[in-house]
Amino acid sequence: MLTYVLRTLVKMAITLVVIVSLVFFATRLSGNPVDFVLGEGITREDRELLIAYYGLDASIGTQYWRYLASVFSGEFGLSFLERRPVSQIVLGRAWPSLKLLLSAVSFTLIVSVPLGILAAIYRTSIVGSVVMVIAFLGYAVPAFIIGILLVLIFGYTLNWLPVIGDGSALHFIMPTLAISGMLVAAITRFTRNAMLDVLSQDYMRTARAKGLPEWIVILKHGLRNASITLLSVIGLQIAGLAAAGSVVVEAIFAWPGIGDLLVRSAILRDYPVLQFGVLSVAIVVIVINATVDIAYAYADPRIRLAKG
Amino acid sequence: MSGPVLAVEDLRISFGTHEAVKGLSFNIHARETLALVGESGSGKSATALAILRLIEREGGTIRSGRILLDDGDTTLDLRTLGDAKLTRLRGNAISMVFQEPMTSLNPVLKIGDQVAEVFIRHRSLSRRDALRAAQDALDQVRIPEPARRLDQYPHELSGGLRQRVMIAMALACRPRLLICDEPTTALDVTTQAEILLLIKNLQAEIGMGVLFITHDMGVVAEMADRVVVLRNGEKIEEALVEDLFARPQAAYSQRLMAATPKPGTGSSTRAAGTDIVLQVDSLSTRFASKAGLFSKAADGVLAVNGVSIKVARGETLGLVGESGCGKSTLARSILRLIEPESGTVLLDGKHLTGSSKAELRRSRKNAQMIFQDPYASLNPRLPVHELITEPARIHGLVSRKDQKDLAARLVARVGLETDAIHRFAHQFSGGQRQRLCIARALSVEPKLIVADEAVSALDVSIARQITDLMLELQDRDGLAFLFISHDIGVVERVSHRIAVMYKGEIVETGPAAQLLAAPRHAYTRRLLAAVPSGIPVRRRKQAPGVSAGETPAYLSASG
Repeated sequence: MLTYVLRTLVKMAITLVVIVSLVFFATRLSGNPVDFVLGEGITREDRELLIAYYGLDASIGTQYWRYLASVFSGEFGLSFLERRPVSQIVLGRAWPSLKLLLSAVSFTLIVSVPLGILAAIYRTSIVGSVVMVIAFLGYAVPAFIIGILLVLIFGYTLNWLPVIGDGSALHFIMPTLAISGMLVAAITRFTRNAMLDVLSQDYMRTARAKGLPEWIVILKHGLRNASITLLSVIGLQIAGLAAAGSVVVEAIFAWPGIGDLLVRSAILRDYPVLQFGVLSVAIVVIVINATVDIAYAYADPRIRLAKG
Repeated sequence: MSGPVLAVEDLRISFGTHEAVKGLSFNIHARETLALVGESGSGKSATALAILRLIEREGGTIRSGRILLDDGDTTLDLRTLGDAKLTRLRGNAISMVFQEPMTSLNPVLKIGDQVAEVFIRHRSLSRRDALRAAQDALDQVRIPEPARRLDQYPHELSGGLRQRVMIAMALACRPRLLICDEPTTALDVTTQAEILLLIKNLQAEIGMGVLFITHDMGVVAEMADRVVVLRNGEKIEEALVEDLFARPQAAYSQRLMAATPKPGTGSSTRAAGTDIVLQVDSLSTRFASKAGLFSKAADGVLAVNGVSIKVARGETLGLVGESGCGKSTLARSILRLIEPESGTVLLDGKHLTGSSKAELRRSRKNAQMIFQDPYASLNPRLPVHELITEPARIHGLVSRKDQKDLAARLVARVGLETDAIHRFAHQFSGGQRQRLCIARALSVEPKLIVADEAVSALDVSIARQITDLMLELQDRDGLAFLFISHDIGVVERVSHRIAVMYKGEIVETGPAAQLLAAPRHAYTRRLLAAVPSGIPVRRRKQAPGVSAGETPAYLSASG
């Protein structure tokens, strides 16, 4: 088990180095920031001076080396625009996004896992069909439509819920629902399929032949096995959401999150902010994946023992 | 004797419109073993599941009848009992051991927890007491090191040990009735002998009635007091075991008995040719273990260790040994489906080892393989005429327009109707599919056919037909067979010579009759001793000293 965890962590570190490098080269592709920051009407000498000041005149190799050195010493530089350390800027935005993500994920799991189990058990009856129809609908409606409908109904017409910002617990309701829509649909379907696979296994029959009550058979013997399949899917979905999913919803509800920051800094070519922002998201995704890998081994003894 | 523990009266079970069991009646007394015998589809398992009232879960319905269980002071009709009461009975008064020990235990729960569950449920023990009781239960079924097993997962145990765990769970609450559904069909013959003995001993100890479901008459002779023969859901015959074996009444019972291979009765006396088709010299195959990030590759295990065999034209060499001994690896190494480490293979005078890819491909035409599972080894999307002529197409032996003619000739040779060539694999039964596999192998006119457990998945009477077909093809075309099986009875009947394999090595080779009559190697003797004699011996005093066998250490690690 320990070897397995170590191996997962080493893989994670390698991925991280690759991403750090990719981020550097990808951001350099979009043009020179000096043109954007200062605009027209700057003298040739001043322009050269600024480029030298930011170190943008050095060869790409030297820039890359400096960049690596600063990344690994924990310095991510100042924003070209705001002149504040980018770590401050990004981390200030990351927390609200993370809170929203946690809220959406918790809501999703609480709703979709039980629904998926129900849909699997009652697959031939009306209950199963209703759950699946709802799940398909959820899958078909994009998050921004759910968001706008929610705003129209609960914000504009009924005036029950606040629409802008992240001030109170009530502020979380609509963005959480908007983000969760598709996630609930996806995870409900995956739970159902995973449970259907498990329900027909021989060991379920053994569990019943032991005289266990049905709910223990389903939850202890069934869900434990289905969770192995589910874990990987849930991990992927959450990672996807962390990477990009919430940008649109954050825009609708003026959520002071990282999505909005990334889009703005990309447009303005604020390299340091963009780099650090992308890096933070990448780290979150990698950490989620590593966590899932380790949880996977925890859930399935065959993996744990096979891999040391 | 008091009344029966279980009385089944006029039981009718159907799946949809198909009636699987048609008015079956029988009863079982305490300390008695009733064998329910029949081929697949006869309704044996449906009956077992109906008694536990788990048949509804499998999509079946009990149409009518009574299932009366003597529960001490009252008699309960299980057919009308409510769910809550049923769950109290299952695993408690009636329990069941299933056929597949490899899949019947929950892979993600520890052995200890799975056994303890029964005590927690039916004896209301705390988890700690239940685990202690579980350890005793494992000890009772003679599992070595029971304390360590509690913390292990099913995949760490061999098939035989898993089946012991299943029996420990089933007997945990000392049931009045134990249902065994083909409990040893998936096991090696040596393991089977141990498990059968264990069930008998525990029956003597606990005194439960046993309903023993099997298709194997050898096992019936070993276990049963009385026998009910089932066919298509109807009782054909019911008799005491010695009467059935001495004088089977119904024609079907007679056929069933005749199809069962009996050791020491049927070895082949036909002549074999002398020119050698296959010659294998000191062939070794190693399974390397993979290098990890922090560990370097270990030496791996020698799955095949210096094996030398030869097969002549028109000869069948039987290869026997228990699962994991390297039989299949040897077969695959010979055809270089797995790359051997060292040694030479000469097929029809040409070297297979050391030849280039193109040469190897040409040589493979001379050797074809038939596998165990006729359901998995036929592509479901190809019509039969393409399916069975594919090897000939690959080797360029037939043009596209002659394909159907060739297919028609092939299906005729394996005893199928000509119109079979337009159908698909799923429209055939297991035995017919195995015929298709043989037809496919024949399409390239091979010199040698390697049959890897080719009849193990089939009912005895069907298996008999398939081996008869092989013998017929051999007599007509002089085919050489390498016939791999764990079933010594079948091997004896088809083979001229037999090679016994144990832990990757051939320990003994010889003419079939001679080897079986006078085995020289200790392992061969052990293997033969484990084969059911086919002679009913009721209440036979068993020789002591058969204990829980372990898988060879080099195999148990992989799970």
